[in-house]
Amino acid sequence: MLNVKSVHTYYGNIHALKGVSLHVRAGEIVSLIGANGAGKTTLVQSICGFNRPRKGAIEFRGEDLSGRGAEQIVQQGIALVPEGRQIFATLSVENNLEMGGFIHRRRPDRIHRDMDRLFERFPILGQRRRQLAGTLSGGEQQMLAISRALMSRPQLLILDEPSMGLAPLVIRDIFRIIGELRQEGRTILLIEQNARAALRIADRGYVMETGKVVLQGEGSMLLRHRQVQRAYLGKGSKEIWEA
Amino acid sequence: MDSAWLQYVFAGLTTGSIYALVAIGYNIIYNVTEIINFAQGEFVMLGGLLAVFFMEGCRLPLPLAFAAAVLAVGAIGLAMERFVIRQARNASVLSLIIITIAFSILLKGSAMFGWGKDPYRLEPFTAGGPLLFGGAALQPQALWVLGLTAVVVVLLSLFFRRSIYGKAMLACADNPNAARMVGVPVRTMVLLSFLLSAAIGAAAGVAITPISLMEYDRGALLGLKGFGAAVLGGLGQFSGALVAGLLLGLAEAFCAGYLSSGYKDAIALVLLLLALFFKPEGLFGSSEAAKLKRF
Repeated sequence: MLNVKSVHTYYGNIHALKGVSLHVRAGEIVSLIGANGAGKTTLVQSICGFNRPRKGAIEFRGEDLSGRGAEQIVQQGIALVPEGRQIFATLSVENNLEMGGFIHRRRPDRIHRDMDRLFERFPILGQRRRQLAGTLSGGEQQMLAISRALMSRPQLLILDEPSMGLAPLVIRDIFRIIGELRQEGRTILLIEQNARAALRIADRGYVMETGKVVLQGEGSMLLRHRQVQRAYLGKGSKEIWEA
Repeated sequence: MDSAWLQYVFAGLTTGSIYALVAIGYNIIYNVTEIINFAQGEFVMLGGLLAVFFMEGCRLPLPLAFAAAVLAVGAIGLAMERFVIRQARNASVLSLIIITIAFSILLKGSAMFGWGKDPYRLEPFTAGGPLLFGGAALQPQALWVLGLTAVVVVLLSLFFRRSIYGKAMLACADNPNAARMVGVPVRTMVLLSFLLSAAIGAAAGVAITPISLMEYDRGALLGLKGFGAAVLGGLGQFSGALVAGLLLGLAEAFCAGYLSSGYKDAIALVLLLLALFFKPEGLFGSSEAAKLKRF
């Protein structure tokens, strides 16, 4: 469905992606893990039209995405839940969702039906539908950001660091929601620093380091992989002082 | 019976409406870009002078001259966004605000070259003498000004509250990146906001010229007072801008009538300062929303 072919992208003067390739098949949930600065977010920005690659190609359902701006990418069927949530803080919850359905603006009935369905699914958002989104708690804002992305009826949902800045209990909720989305058969690309949770939920995973994909494979395989365990899960090798 | 106060009320409401329309112009652009467009007053000036040009110079009938002036100034607003603001797209909001000041000086200078320094007048929209109410006179043109203001306020409030395009404009101001993410064409929305507020400013200019005349350097003071009204009413709030504009007009008229007309222009600044000191979110702004905004 999504096919990223040896993409090179610069973040300012920094060569942030050095030939990254990955793909996501329909119905799959694919996790991308890696430390800060590995280039995960730059990859998301390249896919979503915020930062154009200098080399390489990004294809979605057989169509080349290069040269399309961010506002066109969503019309292709890719919705992004961005890092740091980026909800419209000064708009009401309801209006945030309506904006999520902006590309379906000629079908207001569809927008309202989708909105009601999401309020049923996340009753807390329904209770606060007229509240300004900026007054919601972190977890509620993340729910809103996910809901806003779902309003565009995407073929592919990209979640960039959905657990960032949230309390452990709330993170569990968010991953439960991602699990439910998976049950519904949605296609998801999940970018996470929380490697364990991200790999456990994923069909396949990629590990990025300094602008390159260094490992890939099934989620469970990566979870057991020695290098992953040592670098991201804090297991395995003994520190010098432990010896 | 002393009917002077009623006369002041009429005068205050009329100029107050113009302040309100200028304040609304500020609010539209602010709502989409968080920019305070200090060329807003110049749009009013140009509206008035261009209407004079289209009527006297091109011999157009009034409705056509009105429309032509509004369209021409709207086009200037578009050009301002497209060729000035957008060229500096990576600048901070503050630098963009300073650019609008430069642009206002440019417009003022051009108007001086085009029309000279003399004030121009325009025939009232409808003929006929003043209407008398309890000893006070009300110009029919004042009714036109009030009516225009009411229509603009109602339509804009509906637009931003009900229409998905209006909400999309608000979303652009809140978070332009997120707006692009959901498919809102941010640049088009910004362009639209400049067009809209230039057109509204121009309409205000055409409507007020038969009452107060118009000359090349009227824009700065109108812009300043309109800004005072916008802040007093809460930046971004249309009904707030209306009430604050009318309040400002009334305060000025009463000051001119009972104290001295020399202090008239200071009133707006005093109110602006008081608002900034004691209620920076404005009379009608929500402090909750103010906390969530960057400016």
